Amino acid sequence: MTSESSNHAVSIETFAQDETIANQSLGFWLYLMSDLVIFAAIFATYVVLSHNYADGPTGKELFHLPYVFTETMLLLFSSAACGMAILAVHANKKERVMFWLAVTFLLGLGFVGMEIREFSHMILEGNGPQRSGFLSAFFTLVGTHGLHVTSGLIWMAIMMGQIITKDLTASVQSRLLRLSMFWHFLDIVWVAVFTIVYLMGVL
Amino acid sequence: MAQSSIDSTGASRGTLKSYTIGFILSVLLTAVAFWVVMSGDFTYSIALTAIFGVAVTQILVHLYYFLHLDFSSASRWNLLAMIFAVLIMFLFVGGSLWIMYSLNSRMM
Repeated sequence: MTSESSNHAVSIETFAQDETIANQSLGFWLYLMSDLVIFAAIFATYVVLSHNYADGPTGKELFHLPYVFTETMLLLFSSAACGMAILAVHANKKERVMFWLAVTFLLGLGFVGMEIREFSHMILEGNGPQRSGFLSAFFTLVGTHGLHVTSGLIWMAIMMGQIITKDLTASVQSRLLRLSMFWHFLDIVWVAVFTIVYLMGVL
Repeated sequence: MAQSSIDSTGASRGTLKSYTIGFILSVLLTAVAFWVVMSGDFTYSIALTAIFGVAVTQILVHLYYFLHLDFSSASRWNLLAMIFAVLIMFLFVGGSLWIMYSLNSRMM
């Protein structure tokens, strides 16, 4: 009898916890959707300005597709590694979570590093955001995405710290779930970026 | 107690299989998109249609295999919120382009 009622209590507790996580995920999803609207506004700006070269360089002259392909692959591998981290969260394997989060982090860092290198290259050659309407819109759009990835990296570093100090508690697990939603979301935005900015720019 | 199966919204119901399928499809679709442009074998309109078709497919692949968004009741509100966001996006992007291009042609 005692064990039965305590089991009952546990299942109610688990249910309540799942409900909370579900609500928090939905709330975070609503944030992601509003973030998508911000990106939509910046994409609209970019497409409107994308041919205002002001006698400056065009996308064809500036973009190097193999480089962008490598960046894309880094982000995609990072997204997959993040999925592996979430599987490890479900399996409650702390070391495996840490390993895959570290892989995700390094790949994401590689992406941001490549982007910074591309930006600094362009700015040093005099093709910074002030060069033309096209380049202003380019730096705004790609830079906003890059800032999102950077904040994702900071979040990820904090979560790795929390796993070490707090262990995989229920709240840490639920934060990791939302981090993975953010990370996959950024990969989706990048698909639109490389198609509209880089592929269309070279086409 | 330790294993609460989180079975609701967002990035939760993934399996090794779903992540693997999503990952392989994404790599293939990305490679096709870059190949279409880099090979230069296609006319502008065909290449444009192809890269947009591939991009939309890849976004759907990401939503389904990575974010686990589908038509199940668990993700109904996520789906509704996304449909609303997509509507707003079409108004934003479509409206801006419409206004700016007709403005352009009137100024010519």
